[in-house]
Amino acid sequence: VLLGILPFGLVVGVVAVDAGYGALEALGLSVAIFAGASQLAAIDLLARGAPLAVIVLTVFVINLRFAMYSASLAPHLADLPRWQRALGAYGLTDQAYAVSIVRFQEPAPLPYRFGYYLGASLSLWLPWQLATVVGALLGDTLPDALPLDFAVPLMFLALLVPAVRDRPTVVAALTSGTFATVAYELPWNVGMLLAAFVGIGAGWATSRRLPRGPT
Amino acid sequence: MTGRVWLAIVLSGAVTYAARATFFLFADQLDRLGPEAREALRMIPAAALAALSVPAILRPDGAVDRFSPELLAGVVAALAAWRWRRLMVTILVGLVAVAGFRALLG
Repeated sequence: VLLGILPFGLVVGVVAVDAGYGALEALGLSVAIFAGASQLAAIDLLARGAPLAVIVLTVFVINLRFAMYSASLAPHLADLPRWQRALGAYGLTDQAYAVSIVRFQEPAPLPYRFGYYLGASLSLWLPWQLATVVGALLGDTLPDALPLDFAVPLMFLALLVPAVRDRPTVVAALTSGTFATVAYELPWNVGMLLAAFVGIGAGWATSRRLPRGPT
Repeated sequence: MTGRVWLAIVLSGAVTYAARATFFLFADQLDRLGPEAREALRMIPAAALAALSVPAILRPDGAVDRFSPELLAGVVAALAAWRWRRLMVTILVGLVAVAGFRALLG
């Protein structure tokens, strides 16, 4: 997992500097958000001068998937004290979720669930911050020929493929992708935000019409 | 300018934490959420990620171009994502592909 996040952290740092920001801002983003995909989107929107509300709303929509993860992990952590859950929430990432949910779903209960989860999430934190700073410092020295601009959509694509699992999610993805492509002309990310909501509605309506409940 | 950047950073961090924390903090009251609401939540990743990735692949420069390097590389990367399901493999394959197709077609 670590091998996966280090290069990605580098990319986030490099993109931030390319967009005209310093290592400090790149690190600030990494500490505050700690979620690469939305960091890249925020950098892109900041550089294009989008209004504050659009930036924050975009980050929120991208990171709404954490609410999903959080809902899925929550039953396993329900008996923990509130402060442990509040701390644990900050460390929730794609990778920490993927690692933890597999262990939590094993039949034999894990004795130190909180320890396991915290270990999984915070062992990613420091390398992520370091990689961002290194990327930001290296930024200027890397050749422009590297198609790093395309790394952003690729990252979203890589997360999208496993998220599409059944008919409702396929409908949600197709509707949203089509709408976003058609509405591309709208300023900043308004098209993307609308598309996400339309896609959620379409997927939801599809699953309501299915005879059986969701899998 | 700098103030705006830091305000965006702090607010973005706050909404991200809110998304992560809501269900953790109310883990003991989750049953109240009906199946309909859960089903809507389940659609979020697919819809949000498609809205983010598809336009950049289909309309890299604003125009719909049937055989753009980005579209071809996107198809290659989607196949890689489906086959290996590893974030970094998909990104690396896609980057190599887009560099290659840009060199070939560009």
